[in-house]
Amino acid sequence: MTANSTTYKAPAPAGTAGAGGARPRPPRRRRPVSPARRPGWTPWLYLLPALVLLGGLLVYPIHQLGLISFLEYTQAQVSGGEPTTFKGFGNYTALFGDSQFWQVLLATVVFAAACVLATLMTGCALAVLLTRVRALPRLALMMAALGAWATPAVTGSTVWVFLFDPDFGPVNRVLGLGDFSWTYGRYSAFALVLLEVLWCSFPFVMVTVYAGIRAIPTEVLEAASLDGASQWRIWRSVTAPMLRPILVVVTIQSIIWDFKVFTQIYVMTNGGGIAGQNLVLNVYAYQKAFASSQYSLGSAIGVVMLVILLAVTLVYLRLVRRQGEEL
Amino acid sequence: MSTLSTRFRVRRPGRLAAEAAALLIAAAVAFPLYWMVLSAFKPAGEIQSTEARPWTLSPSLDSFRRVFEQQDFGRYFLNSLLVAGTVVIASALIAFLAATAVTRFRFKFRTTLLIMFLVAQMVPVEALTIPLFFLMRDFGQLNTLGSLILPHLAFSLPFAIWMLRGFVRAVPEALEEAAYIDGASRTRFLWQILFPLVFPGLVATSVFSFISTWNDFLFAKSFLISDTSQSTLPMALLVFFKPDENDWGGIMAASTVMTVPVLVFFVLVQRRLVSGLGGAVKD
Repeated sequence: MTANSTTYKAPAPAGTAGAGGARPRPPRRRRPVSPARRPGWTPWLYLLPALVLLGGLLVYPIHQLGLISFLEYTQAQVSGGEPTTFKGFGNYTALFGDSQFWQVLLATVVFAAACVLATLMTGCALAVLLTRVRALPRLALMMAALGAWATPAVTGSTVWVFLFDPDFGPVNRVLGLGDFSWTYGRYSAFALVLLEVLWCSFPFVMVTVYAGIRAIPTEVLEAASLDGASQWRIWRSVTAPMLRPILVVVTIQSIIWDFKVFTQIYVMTNGGGIAGQNLVLNVYAYQKAFASSQYSLGSAIGVVMLVILLAVTLVYLRLVRRQGEEL
Repeated sequence: MSTLSTRFRVRRPGRLAAEAAALLIAAAVAFPLYWMVLSAFKPAGEIQSTEARPWTLSPSLDSFRRVFEQQDFGRYFLNSLLVAGTVVIASALIAFLAATAVTRFRFKFRTTLLIMFLVAQMVPVEALTIPLFFLMRDFGQLNTLGSLILPHLAFSLPFAIWMLRGFVRAVPEALEEAAYIDGASRTRFLWQILFPLVFPGLVATSVFSFISTWNDFLFAKSFLISDTSQSTLPMALLVFFKPDENDWGGIMAASTVMTVPVLVFFVLVQRRLVSGLGGAVKD
């Protein structure tokens, strides 16, 4: 924290400030050896395309999202039939007064939490497993996992729905479930989506944690095992603490990905399930905005999501800062 | 290279059990993909049979033929490829420049910018569909591939910049100083020395932008409303996906066509991806 704030607050060296020309510059005798000392406008030039794109397509839309959420904005305003009117917090009070919103919010949080837990546990367990096997099984598991990871969300969803299809899917045959429909009940539908999300998101955790374990110096592990520590003890007291930064990254990434699952829910439960029983915030916002043209309500839901994820991000930043990482 | 298991001399039965478990899990994880490809090649009669057999004795290309004939699937494939390709190349170049700026230079607001890039990664882009829809409408980009390229390009940048930092930083400063002493200009150093050295990192990074763009479903669904000739694969795939009468053969064939390019891409960059992730996370 301190290191960062000092670099940030430190007055710019004379060379940088000299762009304004207030202070006479000493005549240059030779080329600057390291450009880091005399950056001038070069870094901004390099950053320009990225900043323009992010400004136009990320920052400005966020601003617009907030704006729309305070307006009356439906089909009539979109087509120009009626003028847009300012509604203040009207959309938010309407949203917070709607019991369906709370139900969807709860479902989103519980579903995301279940996905994150399942993904992390599976990913970490398999990463440890990868370190215990010889090259061939490791390659097999790695390849299978990369295949699942690479599968587009849309095709993954259709394949999983097919696997669990009551009439033609192999899963019900093998389990002897007859023509049990997984997408009919609320919880079985969520369970099915969870399985698909787990399938396509554990590989990221597994590969990352595995890379992290491999980076731990072997001397440390050998020392622990010479001291008579059990495998579990080594994992808990040596490996896990050393993996902490990586675990933080994969946890936060998983939270962010699983909190905004859209495609899987939309495809597998056909737009949010029977009577909207499988809606999560993202799909809910989409349905409000594009299916029933209540753009302002949809935007308000988007703002709620944004705020929740920003809170997660702040926690993440604090964790990173506490580890004393330099940015 | 000795693995942990050999170093620790895990007892043999234990290791064999672990290896058996690893192989079983690998088979289970690969099974959905196997089933997808298998079903794509199954003749129609076998797919609609209630006895789901895990093999087929008479593979046929009927499902693929149906997919490519019924719809303009080849065109959608090219559309998807065009969008993903443009995003991957443009995002790699722009992110490379930006990553160089934040790692090789010290300047005012550098830390602030880095935090902004980090925060930008967390923004749920799905929530921005509504304002982006109006933005695209105002710029006349609705129903064009540009409406997919631009947002994906922008959204892939923060992560790409963040990940590339590690690769750019790994190039020793001494090399840079040597280049300047030898009289290389900044531009020359950037493109002829730094760029080739960072290239493996660019490849690893491009996987992520490729996948998110190739997979995109929400933006395509929202922005390409009326012009089906501009459709991308996910939309085309869902035409076969109907609540009651699913043409599973067609869906699986279309899914296979959509999955294979990503699989190929992954296999090609697999090694770099694993080391790249390690580097990006560690630094």
